[in-house]
Amino acid sequence: MESLLHSVQGFIYPDELQLQWSILIVLYPFITGLVAGAFILASLERVFNVEAVKPTYRLALLTALAFMIVAPLPLQLHLGHPERSFEMYLTPHTTSAMAMFGFVYLWYLMAVLVLEIWLDFRKDIVLTARASKGAKRALYRAMALWSDNISERSLRIDDKVGKFITIVGIPSAFLLHGYVGFIFGSVKANPWWSSPLMPVVFIFSAMVSGIALVMLMYQAVNWYRKTAVQMSCLDTIARYLLYAFIIDFSLEMLDLVHRIYEADESFKTLDFMVHTKLYFSQIILQIFVGTLVPIGLLALVQLVSVRERARRIIYGASGVLTLVGIFAMRWNVVIGGQLFSKSLLGYTTYKMGFATREGLLPALILLLLPFAILYLLVKLLPPWPEGDLARKE
Amino acid sequence: MNGWLKDREHLARMAVIFAGALVLFLVVRAVMVPNGFGTYGHFRSGALKDNASHPLSYAGRQACGDCHDDIVASRKGSKHERIGCEACHGPLSVHADDPDKMKPVLPDAKTICLTCHLENVTKPKSFPQIDPAEHGDGGPCTSCHNPHHPEIS
Repeated sequence: MESLLHSVQGFIYPDELQLQWSILIVLYPFITGLVAGAFILASLERVFNVEAVKPTYRLALLTALAFMIVAPLPLQLHLGHPERSFEMYLTPHTTSAMAMFGFVYLWYLMAVLVLEIWLDFRKDIVLTARASKGAKRALYRAMALWSDNISERSLRIDDKVGKFITIVGIPSAFLLHGYVGFIFGSVKANPWWSSPLMPVVFIFSAMVSGIALVMLMYQAVNWYRKTAVQMSCLDTIARYLLYAFIIDFSLEMLDLVHRIYEADESFKTLDFMVHTKLYFSQIILQIFVGTLVPIGLLALVQLVSVRERARRIIYGASGVLTLVGIFAMRWNVVIGGQLFSKSLLGYTTYKMGFATREGLLPALILLLLPFAILYLLVKLLPPWPEGDLARKE
Repeated sequence: MNGWLKDREHLARMAVIFAGALVLFLVVRAVMVPNGFGTYGHFRSGALKDNASHPLSYAGRQACGDCHDDIVASRKGSKHERIGCEACHGPLSVHADDPDKMKPVLPDAKTICLTCHLENVTKPKSFPQIDPAEHGDGGPCTSCHNPHHPEIS
């Protein structure tokens, strides 16, 4: 207690001394954002028939699924007693946005992602079942629901149903992440969070992070498999990233300008916080390194002709910086919103543990876990073009 | 009909799995949600009865005053007049039922007073609060203050 008091400036209430929402709660919107963004990129190809991004379609879906499986884990680790989360389904509290997340999550996971992946991979699953023996055959036959029918007509029907699910999936993806922003935006007691723009900003930042992740994954996977990157695909994704980024940045600036112009009673406090405690994570990391630099790099490629190798490096660098910037944005929202007192007269400090339940180590593990799951998913359902797979075998 | 279903059979199988999962969920829900849940609000109505059936620990100040009217009189006009007896003396319903069965222990005046009166910047300034390192001679508060009428006149 005594040592904690040294991290306090000005006047704060006793329950504001220690932050209740830790880095795990930072991870949660970051991960769900990646899911929504990756899915929206995949949907572009499906619904709007953008041929250029087709090579990333299946990879984006599997990436979304891998991150989706991990999404609730930070919340459960933060709250403890993960077995109690099932109660949310048994006795749903319909007036609580947080409680309704269970249904949004389940809907998105089962009715959208799993179904769409199953329909898209069904032909591969059946073909693998046919070509395998023993336990592997049993596994793939079970995954195909013991159906062996991959007639042209059945695949056409799958495609139609898949397209319908994608169309339903896009608003679902918006709902999933818009809802995360809604939770923060609807905390009316907290002027740092309370803004009707919050869900919209969250959706666009989700798209930015998801597109950046898929762009990086596509390059990484091709590097790992020693296959050629399709530059038309990479260029298109980078262009989408730039567009989404410009909208996202404009919205965030709109929010900022609105706050500055409105200058309500909380403004001085928040302004002081941005210039002191959040200076590095907000001004340097989020706005400069994580937004302006990648936007500048991506815009540069649009304006001047850059050689292929240099473009790949630029896309790689801007992808990594984008993810850093979006993570910093989540950090600034979640942690920043708890650093100042409700009295608007004081500030506290966030002290992150390392190998504690809500420390840096579990956060890093949770951040790496989706990649391990993705590795398994890719082993189970190789997302590469069929011809490519056949050539390899 | 058979022709129509032929190329949709796998979809029907998936639909059956989803429907099966939904039925399983409804069964689990019916089994796991306790009776009376939601009758009065978002809780099990039987919980009210369960709580009401717990034995009482506190007798209430009325019961204390029935025997200790001298103490009630000594607290008149004091800042502590409205504080419940058991807030300092602890739960005493057993004592109130049968005074011989349980004798209350006198609270430790060195610690119990500080529960409320330890100096803290978040307490209102008008509320009496002390830093034990600076206030008093290190002895129990009761050496100067009468806990039932703490003002020093």
